[in-house]
Parts: sequence; structure tokens; C-alpha cells
Amino acid sequence: MEPFITIKSIATPLDKVNVDTDQIIPKQFLKLVQKTGFGQYLFYDWRYEKDGTEKKDFVLNEPKYKNSKILLARNNFGCGSSREHAAWALLDFGFRAVLSTSFADIFYNNCFKNGILPIKVNEQVLQKLFESRSEIEIDLQKQTIINDDTSISFDIEPHWKKILLEGLDDIAVTLQHNDEISKYEAAQRNSSLGVS
Amino acid sequence: MNITEKILARASGKTKVSPDDVIFANVDKVMVHDVSGPGVIAVFEKLKKTGMKIEKLWAPEKVWVAEDHFVPAADKISAQNVVLLTQFTKEYGIEKHFKYGMGQYGICHTLSHEEAMVLPGEVYVGGDSHTNTTGALGAFAAGLGHTDVAYVLLNGKIWFKVPETIYFKLNGKLPDYVMAKDLILKIIGDIGTDGGAYKTMQFGGSGISEMSVEERLTLTNMTTEAGAKSGIIEPDQKIRDYLAQRGATNYSEVHGDPDAQYEKTYEYEASELDPIVAKPFSPENITVARELSSVSLDKAYIGSCTGAKLEDLRAAAKILKGRKVKIRTEVLPAAISIFRKAMDEGLVKIFMDAGAMVGPPTCGACCGAHMGVLAKDEVCISTTNRNFPGRMGHVESKTYLASPLVAAASAITGKITDPRDIK
Repeated sequence: MEPFITIKSIATPLDKVNVDTDQIIPKQFLKLVQKTGFGQYLFYDWRYEKDGTEKKDFVLNEPKYKNSKILLARNNFGCGSSREHAAWALLDFGFRAVLSTSFADIFYNNCFKNGILPIKVNEQVLQKLFESRSEIEIDLQKQTIINDDTSISFDIEPHWKKILLEGLDDIAVTLQHNDEISKYEAAQRNSSLGVS
Repeated sequence: MNITEKILARASGKTKVSPDDVIFANVDKVMVHDVSGPGVIAVFEKLKKTGMKIEKLWAPEKVWVAEDHFVPAADKISAQNVVLLTQFTKEYGIEKHFKYGMGQYGICHTLSHEEAMVLPGEVYVGGDSHTNTTGALGAFAAGLGHTDVAYVLLNGKIWFKVPETIYFKLNGKLPDYVMAKDLILKIIGDIGTDGGAYKTMQFGGSGISEMSVEERLTLTNMTTEAGAKSGIIEPDQKIRDYLAQRGATNYSEVHGDPDAQYEKTYEYEASELDPIVAKPFSPENITVARELSSVSLDKAYIGSCTGAKLEDLRAAAKILKGRKVKIRTEVLPAAISIFRKAMDEGLVKIFMDAGAMVGPPTCGACCGAHMGVLAKDEVCISTTNRNFPGRMGHVESKTYLASPLVAAASAITGKITDPRDIK
């Protein structure tokens, strides 16, 4: 995965609470079996008219947000189905960070697994960011959000910070220890305490 | 420690854990289905491209596979995914693959209890958000994303932050015509769709002891709609009997200590509860069924892991017996074993005599994928668990969530109806 060091971008304000993963990526796209290419279907029902043209009044379709890497979301973002396609679609569209007052649990973890940084901020901070017109800079090493010359710090579990900073994959991290795992397994098989 | 803390302590080899501790737990069972399975395969493929060799799973005998979302195959891609899933289970030696058209199959969460795939005291994870359902058997059951499931398949372990537990105490037996669905909708209405976020929702009290196993499963199933990490109920004799009927007697139950701690306790008096309906577009948007008696409907749906267990079908049949439906009514038992019992008990005949359609087990219409999706502006009363915009079909359709009794009563009148008002 691409490491997450700092990003600087205008933020796309999605002003809705309880956005569920059905809205982020509708069910008809769950049948696809690759991890890429989901960006075009992100927020599909909100983004496109029936004939496939873009809805002019949906925020993602505004030209100034085309290259946005940061999504501003309201409370309980990512609730509902556990589909990891939601994280895949956000990433494929170009989002590397999502800021909200709260996230649904499975979605929150799925973000880290795919190189997206979900940041929990308080209501006041989120509101200020929603009202800001200028770019936001996120520095993961320093754990800061900089906007309009104000610096706001945020929390992140050290494990997730490392994973994102180094662009690591959770499974790859464990399998770096493959030799030790194999040795341990062999020892277990030979042990009278082995349960398998 | 409470039951959740004790299960997680045992699974991580610790004598004590507390909320917010991060633990590395040994997993007892893992489930994937025809959406998360291909998702996991995609994760495996990506890993293989990086040069990683994936030759075997950690323990194929602890993995089981369901075909439920897009079966009977909804289209060519879905059919291909079932083929892919079959290749996957063959390649890695997974024997417990419930295939449609080959005896027992059904919705994964229903199979978890119908087939006693998960046992009390176990740590169970699945590639589906409603994995929480199985916690009603006294297991720690939680849903994961595809990458996490892939990880467990290779390592047999997963980390958890020990969740706080919110305790919901039900005093007294539910009155006639009020079901577990009404209680859980009431609870979600009270605490909100993120009221259980990263917490365990535990249910107990005399009302839960009185409640059947299948009804308890409705409670834990919809803890997901409150954002909960898991839902759980302490196992009792009813659970032991239920599992014994399914051939499972060898397990090690876990119970909370007498001084177990809960973050918060909510109490409900069963006698004060009414049939409840959640209006579009959120499960927390609740009101009593009687307040919605002017809402006209196009369809009643009795299906899904939430609302098509045997007792759900019995409840619907109690209302539909000797009556005719006024709107399109679809009954889809949640597993083949339940379908068969419904036939043996004469429930299928009651449904068909009433004019309802009876179909095979599938998640299809519940997630708006196939097998009975809603058209633009159609309004449905449903025994399922979610009513987000477009959840059951067109983005401008509407779903009201209710118990099987309310759904069946509404099927007869064509409007949302409290079952107590059916003469």
C-alpha cells in the first residue's frame, strides 16, 4: 500500500449523518471480485441520474472537489453492512482520509486495512472544517490537522499509525514472521501438549 | 468479569481483561459467504501478486461457507462467484460448504444456529455485519471486513479491543402479539443507530429467560443496527436443549461473575411494550404500529436472518390462517431445514392458501439484490433489519421494519396494522 505521510487537499463536505455502506457502494457492485475499480461506483445513487449523467447538485460532482483527497462526513459514517468494498471505493476514488465525529466499527477498521486514515474529531472542529473553504493538511507523523493556520491534534492507535506511515499490510506484517510461525507449529506438533 | 470479558480472556490466555484492553484472541470459528468469500479471495490474490505463498489455511475444519446473498444465482456474475467459492473450498479443503440445491443451505446467520456451527463460549467471526446474531447462543460473535477475515483464515487469531457492555434487562414475559423484534426496535429507537458503537449489547432478565432461542436471536441480530461490536445472552437450559437437538453437547459454557460490571443498564417492563414499526429510512425511526394505520402498502416481506426463522413463520401463519392477503406477500424461510419444518407443520399451506408466494432461502430481497426487489415509490413492510434508502430495491422505495405478526396483519389489510386489531 502507498504510505500515508502527509496529505494536503481541499476537503469534500458530505453533510449527512448515518451514511451507511449501502449508500457508499450499492449492492449491485458487490459481485465484482477485484479490489480496484470501485471509485466510479462510489455513492452511485447520489452521484448519477438514471441515464448515467452526473447529478449537478451532488457534492462529489462539483469540479472543485474532483481531486479532493479528504472527505468530511457527519456522525456514524460507514454504518450498516460490513462490505469492505466501501473502503475500496473511497480509496479508488482518491480519498485518503475521512474526518467525522464517529465511525461505525467495522468500516473504521476496514479503512486502515486499505490505507485510508479515518480521524475522529469533535463536533466543533468538524463544523469549523465544514465551513472552511481552504485546503486542509493532515500530517500523520505529527498527528495534526492544519487548516486556516490552526493546528488541531488527533488520536490514533500506535499500531495503525505505523501501518499507515509505512504502507504496510496487516497480513504482510504477520507473515514477515512466517519462519517463526512455522518453527512454532512444528514444535507444537511434536509436543505432547499439542492440541491438533 | 462479565460473559464477554470472560470469553475474551479465555481466548487470549489471560486471567483477567477489562474494557479497552487490546487482546489477541484465538478464533474458534470463521464464516464467509458468497459476498465476503470472493472478497477474501480478492485479498488473497493481491497478496499472491506480492510474491506471498498461500498454500493452506490455519484450520480448514474451523471454517464454514454459506451461499446466501446472490443465490439462487441472480445473474451470470453471481453464478461465477458460486463457482469461485466452490473452487476456493476445494483448494483449501473446507468441507462445511452449504451449497444451494444440495440439501441444507440458507442464510449464514441462520445456519450458524440451525446447524450448531457455533457453540457457547466460542469466539466466532464472520464476513458479515450480522454475525452478531449468533451471540444469542452465548458466544462472542462479531462481523469483520474481508481483509480481517483473510487474516484470520491464515492465522487463526485476531485482535480485539475488549468492548464495554451495555446490559438490557427485560422484566416479565412479553405480552401476546409482542415479539422480540418489537423490543429490539424499541431499544434501537432509545439508544440510536450508534448507541451501541464498539460495545457489546447483552440481554438478560426474566423476560429473556422466558423467551425462546429463536426469539433471542432476533435481539442479537439487530444489535448490528445499533452499531454494536457484538450482542450476547448467557446460555441456559433452553440453549443446551436447542443445541442438543442438533447434536451438539460438547462445549464449555462461559458465564459472567456475580460482580460483573456493565457500563450501563437499561430496564424494560415487558407488559409496557407494544408492536413497534421502524419508519424509513432508519431502524431508529420508530413508532407504535397503531400510529401508522393510514400507511398504504404494496408488499409484505417475511424473510431474512432476522425474520424468517421457524417461529417467525409460525407467528405469520397464526395471522394468515384462513385469511387472504391484500398485497403482494413473499415468504422466504431462512434455511432449507426451516422450510421443511414449515411444510411439515402445515405453515406453507397456510401461506399459499392465503395467496402468499413462498420462495427459497436467500438474502436477495432483504439487501435489494434480486428475488423480489422494490420498484420506485413502492412501500413495503418487512421482517428484515435495515430500511436505508434503496436498501430493498429502488432508491425511492420505502421499507417499514416490523415483526412477522405486524407484517402478516398488514398483508391482510394492505395497510400497516397492529396484529391485535385483526378481528
